[in-house]
Amino acid sequence: MSTFSQSAFNTQLKKTYTWYTGGFLLFLFALAIAEQMGMSRTWIGYWFLFATVALYAGIGIMSRTAEVSEYYVAGRRVPALFNGMATGADWMSAASFIGMAGTLFLSGYDGLAFVMGWTGGYCLVALFLAPYLRKFGQFTIPDFLGARYGGNIVRTIGIIAAIVCSFVYVVAQIYGVGLITSRFTGLEFGIGVFVGLGGILVCSMLGGMKAVTWTQVAQYIILIIAYMTPVVWLGIKHTGIPVPQIAYGMTLQKVGELEKKINADPKELEVRKIYKDRADAANASLKDPAKAYADGKAKLEQNLSSLKASNAPADQITAAEKALAAYPKDEAAAKGQWTKEKGLTARAAPVRPHADPFPGKDEAARDLARLNFLGIVFCMMFGTAALPHILMRYYTTPSVQEARVSVFWSLFFIFLLYFTAPCLAVLAKYDMFSNLVGSSFASLPAWAAAWAKVDPSLLSISDINKDGIVQWAEVAIGGDLIVLATPEIAGLPYVVSGLVAAGGLAAALSTADGLLLTIANALSHDLYYKMIDPNASTTKRVTISKVLLVVVAISAAWVTSLKPGDILFLVGAAFSLAASAFFPPLVLGVFWKRANKWGAIIGMTAGLSVCLYYMLRTYPFFTNMGVPKMDLWFGLNPISAGVFGLPVGLLTIFVVSLLTPAPDKETQELVEHVRYPNLKAA
Amino acid sequence: MQLSQRHEEYWRKNLVITAILLGIWFIATFIVGWNARALNDITFLGFPLGFYMSAQGSLIIYVVIIGVYALYMKKLDKEYNVDEGDLG
Repeated sequence: MSTFSQSAFNTQLKKTYTWYTGGFLLFLFALAIAEQMGMSRTWIGYWFLFATVALYAGIGIMSRTAEVSEYYVAGRRVPALFNGMATGADWMSAASFIGMAGTLFLSGYDGLAFVMGWTGGYCLVALFLAPYLRKFGQFTIPDFLGARYGGNIVRTIGIIAAIVCSFVYVVAQIYGVGLITSRFTGLEFGIGVFVGLGGILVCSMLGGMKAVTWTQVAQYIILIIAYMTPVVWLGIKHTGIPVPQIAYGMTLQKVGELEKKINADPKELEVRKIYKDRADAANASLKDPAKAYADGKAKLEQNLSSLKASNAPADQITAAEKALAAYPKDEAAAKGQWTKEKGLTARAAPVRPHADPFPGKDEAARDLARLNFLGIVFCMMFGTAALPHILMRYYTTPSVQEARVSVFWSLFFIFLLYFTAPCLAVLAKYDMFSNLVGSSFASLPAWAAAWAKVDPSLLSISDINKDGIVQWAEVAIGGDLIVLATPEIAGLPYVVSGLVAAGGLAAALSTADGLLLTIANALSHDLYYKMIDPNASTTKRVTISKVLLVVVAISAAWVTSLKPGDILFLVGAAFSLAASAFFPPLVLGVFWKRANKWGAIIGMTAGLSVCLYYMLRTYPFFTNMGVPKMDLWFGLNPISAGVFGLPVGLLTIFVVSLLTPAPDKETQELVEHVRYPNLKAA
Repeated sequence: MQLSQRHEEYWRKNLVITAILLGIWFIATFIVGWNARALNDITFLGFPLGFYMSAQGSLIIYVVIIGVYALYMKKLDKEYNVDEGDLG
């Protein structure tokens, strides 16, 4: 500590990042000018992609290190403010950046479960974990479990749980990286994945936690500028002030009025009726598919032959031939089509009021929706307070007090984005209700025409009732559209769209960095160094970690290329598993001296098992594979399995600990040690 | 090492502030969430209150909870002489 001055270091950091932010704004400005002078959109996309990835790699190279404490915990000198930014970037993934506003747009109030869950969890981090883990002051979360409960069994369970949750989560991030690079540069999905991966690896491999920390700070700055710019613009357009977050209440009211208007509009009713009729017809066909298939085919054939017999005009005959050719080849294909059409029931429903919590047809349905809302909030919060890649960040601050302050900054920086997302959803909805609905198909707003052409899964508009006017029921929107298209909706130049893509990329890369590091550290530090070869030299440990990082990254990219299904469920599963496995032993480890080894072993296993069991028996993906299906407990969805896993884990640790001998004196002293920031003799 | 009475008292005070803040967290999260429908009948800053709380109000409360905890503990550390000196 003698040669190193923390305050000089802080000043230096502030200076560096101020310059960096200024430089980035200048870069934006230059690109904006280049666009005015005629630079093509593809080139703007390339510039953003390569300039930012090169920047992150550059920080990685500058921060390269082979020292253990630099590599694992960034030398423990990351000031609270900067650790807060790094945690923010680490925390906010592609799902938060791109998906969140879309979810809120589509599901209104009920989407706020994620907003609350992913912020409120930091209260638990601050009150129960961060300061104590910092005082403990080792390198990983299994480290703490191993030291507190003794023996390798607890550590092993910790390693497995850490790897499972982080791996599930990292796959979702790499998926996001591939999606963004391919969308904005035209590169293929696979190539996009590897460009992004290259950026991640150079950074985390060379400098471990040290490089990842300083890159994440840089990434936070980019992602927050990228998120705020279009929202502020749209806010000025609709509310008249540049801080729409505080003023969009009025816009929300106007959205409510427009919703009522839409639900009463006869043209809208007409479109919805068409959907309902189609869905009903599909339902009827599905009751006896064989007969319906034969009947449908016979009817078309009969129609064609009668047209031919009556010498109808040629175009009518071609139309009838086309209709016959388009008819499903066999019964199975027809079934598939009908099942799809059955889904139109959803689009036949009236618009749900945006601000209305827990909609449902009766009181019981509403209560169930409320229970599931709170279930998600619960799992996301306790999962937040148990995800190893986040908790690990609080090992890197210079002191316990800095760790406490650092949680404050973390949540503050996360809050900036999360309180903006609901605002963006409302503003975008208002814009679409007032500008898109009612416009004619011949002259759609420019952004709508463009996006409908680029990607029908994000936006498709079709004139169902053939009146030439857009009804809201005729518009189908994919959630990711909201953030991606906002710059164009707000009428901003393309350079801002590029900025948003760069922000999404920063969000995905930073989270992937942190997760990969967690996995590699669990393997190299906890498994190899602590359990297999405790005499390994420091160089060897760091080298092994770097090799593992590459192996893990490549296998994650491989899993990603298989495009495993429902990302939202995967993410939810990671949170539920983390909450069930880690939260009980970590918190009881600090707050209850009597908690012992056997309590932790059986408790963690019980929590994890209950959580896994519930998911396996209720989630359609597994039950379709042959796992016997069971009824939901209290109607709670499989994503909220942690609601059962966590209490079971807590209770089991409690009971088993009391039935087995108390931990030894050394362990009790460790608990006392972590409870006081600086325990001096009185 | 043997903990002194002062040390025990410090830990008790820590537990009390933790419990109080956790209580506020619980109300801002679960009590507010449970009653979101009823709260929506009240208008606040132009928002239905239930929506406002989940989209903004509760989030602000979370930030404040963590800020208060950090400040309070800093004072408590000094008072009970368990602080870390001028580190950081």
